[in-house]
Amino acid sequence: MTFEPILPWAIVLLPLLGFAVNGATAFLAPERKEIPTLVGPGVLALAFVLAVLNFVRMLGADLHDPVILPYWSWMPVGALQIDVALQFDQLSMLMALIVTGVGSLIHVFSIGYMREDPGYARYFAYLNLFVFFMLVLVLAANFPLMFVGWEGVGLCSYLLIGFWFKDREKADAGKKAFIVNRIGDFGFLVAMFLIFANLGTLDFVSVFRAAPAAFTYGGTVVTAITLFLFLGATGKSAQIPLYVWLPDAMAGPTPVSALIHAATMVTAGVYLVARAGVLFALAPLSSTVVAGVGAATALLAATIAVAQYDIKKVLAYSTVSQLGYMFIGVGLGAYAAGIFHLMTHAFFKALLFLGSGAVIHAMHEAFHHTHSDWDPQDMRNMGGLRHYMKITWITMWIATLAIAGVWPFAGFFSKDEIIWQAAARAVGPYAGWVQAIWVVAMAAAMLTAFYMTRLMVMTFHGENRLGAEERKHLHEVPRVMTVPLLVLAVLSVVGGWVNVPHAVGDLPLLGWIPHSEWLHEWLHPVTAAADRVIEEHLGAFRDAAPLGGGASFWAVASFLLAVAIILLTARAYRGVTIRPAVESAPPTGLRGVLYNKWYVDEIYDAAVVRPIIAASRGLWRWVDQGLIDGLLVNGAARLFGRLGLVGARLQSGQINAYAFAIAVGVLILLGFVVL
Amino acid sequence: MVTESLILSAILFSIGVLGVVIRRNAIILFMCIELMLNAVNLAFVAFSRAVGIEGQVFVFFVMTVAAAEAAVGLAIIISIFRHTETVDIKNFNLLRW
Repeated sequence: MTFEPILPWAIVLLPLLGFAVNGATAFLAPERKEIPTLVGPGVLALAFVLAVLNFVRMLGADLHDPVILPYWSWMPVGALQIDVALQFDQLSMLMALIVTGVGSLIHVFSIGYMREDPGYARYFAYLNLFVFFMLVLVLAANFPLMFVGWEGVGLCSYLLIGFWFKDREKADAGKKAFIVNRIGDFGFLVAMFLIFANLGTLDFVSVFRAAPAAFTYGGTVVTAITLFLFLGATGKSAQIPLYVWLPDAMAGPTPVSALIHAATMVTAGVYLVARAGVLFALAPLSSTVVAGVGAATALLAATIAVAQYDIKKVLAYSTVSQLGYMFIGVGLGAYAAGIFHLMTHAFFKALLFLGSGAVIHAMHEAFHHTHSDWDPQDMRNMGGLRHYMKITWITMWIATLAIAGVWPFAGFFSKDEIIWQAAARAVGPYAGWVQAIWVVAMAAAMLTAFYMTRLMVMTFHGENRLGAEERKHLHEVPRVMTVPLLVLAVLSVVGGWVNVPHAVGDLPLLGWIPHSEWLHEWLHPVTAAADRVIEEHLGAFRDAAPLGGGASFWAVASFLLAVAIILLTARAYRGVTIRPAVESAPPTGLRGVLYNKWYVDEIYDAAVVRPIIAASRGLWRWVDQGLIDGLLVNGAARLFGRLGLVGARLQSGQINAYAFAIAVGVLILLGFVVL
Repeated sequence: MVTESLILSAILFSIGVLGVVIRRNAIILFMCIELMLNAVNLAFVAFSRAVGIEGQVFVFFVMTVAAAEAAVGLAIIISIFRHTETVDIKNFNLLRW
């Protein structure tokens, strides 16, 4: 049976329609909150239903080649033929499901979170626009159309980070995100030019079909293309060296952080690498760079996360770290594993962010009642919130267990698979590096368990550190916010069960969740070409980790390790008295270095930002004002002014002089005529 | 005979030019211009002896134009004199840059 999509264009256009309606409301009647409340989440829910319908159809169909739906010709320029076309295959279908599904839940949560905000309609307009561009990104059938989505989500990210643009700091955070992303976009563009120059097409299907024959394995061109693509990915997906914008992006409303800066947009880079898997498989050096950068980012961000006090900052660095894991997966050539972690991460990280949003919402209301100026996001001001917010507390623990890699929660399966792939794929010319990546990934996993437990203990356990008056106003958030939490909590538990490896599914105790490598099989038509290239050149993988031990051993070991770290951390924090932020001294020593994020922002400021500003000022003062304005423009005018003055002296007004000039002129003319 | 007449004409013309260049009195200037015109008339007459009657026709035209010019010119000078109490052209330099 062949796959025929149902109203595929509507999935993409519904959010755009929502943007139009909400945008018009924001301009014409911003106080009409019922319109965005209905339209904003409504179009998303409809898009999700359509996506599910198509997904079910695709399940029933035996789909090997992607379905391309061209709508109109966009850039017919000689050899360059670019259509506006959507591509439906297993990978883009899965991404569309995640985007619309998690997106719907976050839209619903936003109704409660943004209820009091005067920019309510504007908020939903931006959010709908974001989903539209995100769907363009994942459903595009060629690189340029994907780039449209790529740029569009960047724009919406900028608009939503700076949503409260009257606050200078928040507006600056938006600008930082946009500018840092531009650096990555440059890489994406160069990669596109290189692909076109070498293959003469930019359609995914044609490029990936032609690539294995056109490029030599490990050749310079394909390595350059993939490295430039990865530069684009580091910008969008917040990897070293371009990760610095994501923690600052927390200035936006918390549901935005959940949707854009955790679940969907930041995973675009992972999607790009997985989509271009054939190219990366042909460039082992680039692949190792991807995995290495991912591992370094995972560890660096995790170390920063352990010393942050702002609840959203911890989650932001946690996101950077988890994105690092996804890049380890796709960098190693385990594209399905990377996408698997992308999916489970979308569930539990969206849940964590929405949970933190609920906490911030409750804290903000409590402080609002007493006009306190304490920071509602600082975990030192929280503590003991589990007595006031039971649902938030339980659901966030579920997400914490999931991200820490505790069986049977979703994160265990996806993270363990990536770590195991790093052990198994330590073959070929870069085996040594891959082994190092495995060690780093293990270390970062332990740090994850630690900083997440720290977050939970500081927020929900111990003594409540609010004043007595504030405490009276602490209460659970309304149902419109808790229901999305509950749904995401269920997904955070069962989300990993779609892809249980033999190594776990066949074990005695852990085996009651049956082995099913459904996701791998589902994505197989997409990843097959890349897998073939890897198999051809690297051969068989190892069946034991560098330190010995097989897949089952390390799965159980990492599970037990995660549990042990969670228990030890919780125990260690029992004896610690935490003081509210206003009474605490700034952290010193190593903790201070980590709290200040290894001073990376300061280093970038000194090494990049200041030189650029100084050079720009030099160009402005000397080249633009001095050379161009001064010498060329004004200089030319002044030169002819001076020359004119010389000529003007002849106009003396004396008739004698004129007569003399005429006489001399006549004599000269006569001289010419006669002689 | 023609040659001598032309030499005389050239001398008169040169005196006229010289007068216009070096004198300051507007009346004198005017007379010098008349002198130049009449030097040209003399040349026309001299040529008409050798070439034909057309030169003399031109002389009449020149005399007519000179008469008209004298009327307009003198009127301007009188008008200026009423205004500035002088006919020294050194003072008439409104049209400088």
